[in-house]
Amino acid sequence: MEMNRKNRLVAGLLVVAGILLIRLFWIQVVDDKYKRDASNNSLVYNYIYPPRGVIYDRNGEILVDNEVCYDIVVTPRDVTPFDTLALSGALGVEADFIRERMAYYRQYRTRIGYQTLPFLKHIPQENYIRFAEEAYRFPGFKAEVRIVRQYPFNAGGNLLGYISEVDADYIKEHPGYRPGDYVGKTGLEAAMEEQLRGVKGYHIFLRDSRNRVQSPYMDGEEDKEAEPGSDVVSTIDARLQQYGQRLMEGKVGSVVAIEPSTGEILTMVSSPGIDVDVLSDIGRHYDEISKNPHKPMFNRTVMASYPPGSVFKLVNGLIGLQEGTLTPSSSYPCNHGFPYGNNRRLGCHNHASPLDLLSAIATSCNGYFCYVLRNILENKKYQTTAEAFDQWREYVLSFGFGRKLGSDFPSELGGNIPTSDYYNRMYGEGRWRFQTILSLSIGQGEIGATPLQIANLAAIMANRGYYYIPHIVKDSEGVEIDPKYKERQYTLVDTSHFHTAVKGMYMAVNGGGSAGGTAFSARIPGLDVCGKTGTAQNPHGKDNSVFICFAPKDDPKIAVAAYVENAGFGATWALPVASLMLEKYLKGEISPERQYLEDRLMKTRFF
Amino acid sequence: MRNAGGMPRSLDRGLGKTVDWWLVGCYLLLVLIGWLNIYASIHSTEPSSIFDWTARSGKQAIWIATALLLDILILFVIHPRLWEVIAPYAYIVVFFLLVLVIFVSKDVKGSHSWFELGPVKFQPAEISKITTSLVLASVMSKSQFHLSKRTHLLMVAGIIGLPMLAILAESEAGSALVYVGFIFVLYREGLSGWWLFLLGMVIVLFILTLVAPWWVAGSVLLLVCVIYLWRVLRGFRHEERMLRRRQIFRTLLTFAAGALVILATGFIFNNVLQDHQRKRIEVLLGLKEDPAGVGYNVRQSMIAIGSGGLTGKGFLQGTQTTYGFVPEQSTDFIFCTVGEEWGFLGCFAVIALYVFLIWRILNDAERSREAFTRVYGYCLAACLFMHLFINIGMTIGLMPVIGIPLPLLSYGGSSLWAFSVMLFIFIALDRQEKKYF
Repeated sequence: MEMNRKNRLVAGLLVVAGILLIRLFWIQVVDDKYKRDASNNSLVYNYIYPPRGVIYDRNGEILVDNEVCYDIVVTPRDVTPFDTLALSGALGVEADFIRERMAYYRQYRTRIGYQTLPFLKHIPQENYIRFAEEAYRFPGFKAEVRIVRQYPFNAGGNLLGYISEVDADYIKEHPGYRPGDYVGKTGLEAAMEEQLRGVKGYHIFLRDSRNRVQSPYMDGEEDKEAEPGSDVVSTIDARLQQYGQRLMEGKVGSVVAIEPSTGEILTMVSSPGIDVDVLSDIGRHYDEISKNPHKPMFNRTVMASYPPGSVFKLVNGLIGLQEGTLTPSSSYPCNHGFPYGNNRRLGCHNHASPLDLLSAIATSCNGYFCYVLRNILENKKYQTTAEAFDQWREYVLSFGFGRKLGSDFPSELGGNIPTSDYYNRMYGEGRWRFQTILSLSIGQGEIGATPLQIANLAAIMANRGYYYIPHIVKDSEGVEIDPKYKERQYTLVDTSHFHTAVKGMYMAVNGGGSAGGTAFSARIPGLDVCGKTGTAQNPHGKDNSVFICFAPKDDPKIAVAAYVENAGFGATWALPVASLMLEKYLKGEISPERQYLEDRLMKTRFF
Repeated sequence: MRNAGGMPRSLDRGLGKTVDWWLVGCYLLLVLIGWLNIYASIHSTEPSSIFDWTARSGKQAIWIATALLLDILILFVIHPRLWEVIAPYAYIVVFFLLVLVIFVSKDVKGSHSWFELGPVKFQPAEISKITTSLVLASVMSKSQFHLSKRTHLLMVAGIIGLPMLAILAESEAGSALVYVGFIFVLYREGLSGWWLFLLGMVIVLFILTLVAPWWVAGSVLLLVCVIYLWRVLRGFRHEERMLRRRQIFRTLLTFAAGALVILATGFIFNNVLQDHQRKRIEVLLGLKEDPAGVGYNVRQSMIAIGSGGLTGKGFLQGTQTTYGFVPEQSTDFIFCTVGEEWGFLGCFAVIALYVFLIWRILNDAERSREAFTRVYGYCLAACLFMHLFINIGMTIGLMPVIGIPLPLLSYGGSSLWAFSVMLFIFIALDRQEKKYF
């Protein structure tokens, strides 16, 4: 064809048309992106929230369930003049309250714009029904039905945990959640989030660009119904939990009770705690809670790291027995303490001397256990103190200290057992000896343990050498717990050695042998209680008071650890708390002759 | 230049042989496609009839009916010679309206281009395309007219430039841009290809300067000039001296113009263009992301078209277009509905129809014995082409968002009438010739 000017122009026309068509082919046929965007554009998911699962205690008591509540919301822009008295009658509020609110809306109308605001929260059902009948008379006002968590049994806010709306960070880390979803943030609600939440359902609608819903998508074929959350049975004994809370009122500390034969946590009290009354509406109280100097949000049972104090002597004694550096009949002198370099002395109280292992446990002799640890660390078997120390640490870790136990309860911390590296860094390699770390003998110094770990020690003593990982959820219909909670976790110390230590614990409570026990007031006739007191030095104030115990001695049903901060001797405060828990659980009530302990506890408040 | 040959004509000069029914057929098809797609674009889940007079589809039906009446009037009643006679007067009157509208019109999204007389609204810019084409045809068909004469070239530039400036003053940059298309008419009538080349280079340099450092555009310009000069020098011996001097002069002029563009781009971009125009160009060139603002239209438009796939979702089945995600959807973005509901095949068909229409017009124009008919035909084709390219290019992100309608498809009486009149004047002119020769 001749390339005259007309044909050149036609060629140009064809080139341009070709460019348009290639581009169209690209975005319509080749590139999928636009098809995806289109469905995002025009489909709107109306989510249906399933009811969250109910939480039961081990005896079938309902700890947490759902409650329907009614709120009144108002869109001030849509409000037309109405009969104030009629509305006040329907809602059961003062007419002045309504006038006040309306005046407020008028004053800030520009700022409010088209927003819908809460008007009244939690109105009684009969008022809701009355309002619903007359709602047509009050345009702009609307009743909203919400489902909130309800706590029929006061079992402690830290244990149960709260749910709250997910924030942007949470959504980023947990795909599948959307703004407006609620999620368990702490306690049981968080531990069992997956089971409790159920599966959201949705109805899909087509919508236009102004977000107006137009019609169901594919006649609802792609819709999904919500699946309600599973109910969860907790290992908690609600009555015991409540009793523990009452005993701990006004005191700072924790009580943890475990069933030794299963590792099930019976009680978990962190005091001061969050009251269940504020739990369902925690957002509103958050400020007040976070300003409290005693940090009620801080769950001491799994997060606080305390020096365990004298109860740790049990661990050292057992390690000594296992290593062969100690025998039950080994006898050491103790004259008000253990002397070490430069006329210094680790002090001890008044008791018979010299004494053997059983008496040392029963009287909680400091001097004796200094010898115990010295013999462990200066064992000829090992080249250096550091090597012996590492072996010691292995043993301690097998008791569940210095690491997370792996409980299903969220935000568990591991406490602290120092490593030889730590001391090498601190003092220089080879420049520290037994004397340097002497305080570890009596559970002081760099050791930190959570109340859960201390309670676990009580369970290990009760089981004579093994434990089940403490856990808070039981097997139930629809919920199966991790098999690891059903496996025995053995310590590195032989069972035979435990009998000696348990005997010492028995003597501490019930007397006998050559020395007086430290825990006489924990004795409960008919229950062979075994216990060990502890008084942990607290660098920040008065000593912390510790007590672990279990009963009955043979076939133990419950192991308890109580830790009361800044309360002085273990025998004074932690002991009655733990032993009353024991009695309450095993006997159902407190015997008259021990009533005075309860009375004294209930009356005493440290803050 | 005239293509005097053509097909052997029969002696029968009746309607069947004189009217180019292919053009009429194309026209009717496009108008029908437009109407159906306007209906689809306003169709919601509760459909009203396509003849609902309160809806846009119903109104468009009225516009179509009246346009058809106008077409018949032009084809059979008005003597085609009349157009040539009234061309200068019509041009002056319309130019006057173009200026007047700046001062008397209401502000519609920043532009001042609509006359409102009670319920009737119209845009003189639409008519101005016709009058400008008529005057161009009239002037350029004079036997003594020659584009190589500087005064004649200036006169033609003035005829095109005056309404263009007025429309720019109305803030209707899109409509003004259409006038650039007249350069193709001038090219056909003998304007040197160098001007087309210059235009293309200015556009390329402008974009290059925006997206790349200045020296990239600079090197491109230098390279172009060197190649051009090399070609000129290579042919030195065979060319006449005058021609040589002119070509060297042109090379220098090209270089100067290019350099000016590179230097002035920043200034033009930041100071001459209005905010929204600047943003649209930035979004198009990917210099800025603005998915909610300026980018929204283009994004939604491309989503709608892209989601159509090969065969489309079917008539009234579009989700993007029927639910109103695409703004201005029955007017400037009508092509989205075509893309979504009829897919790539539908788009292909519509573009093919336009190409055929333009090609047919050019063919008829070339075959014409009258210079007036030929020039007018080219003007018509150029306007159609510019609208087609800019509008569809905009909906698929090849052009910045420039609000001009898709001829015959978009909703709106002004535009439909203007293109109907413009096309049927040409069909009438074409028929006139076949009748008498």
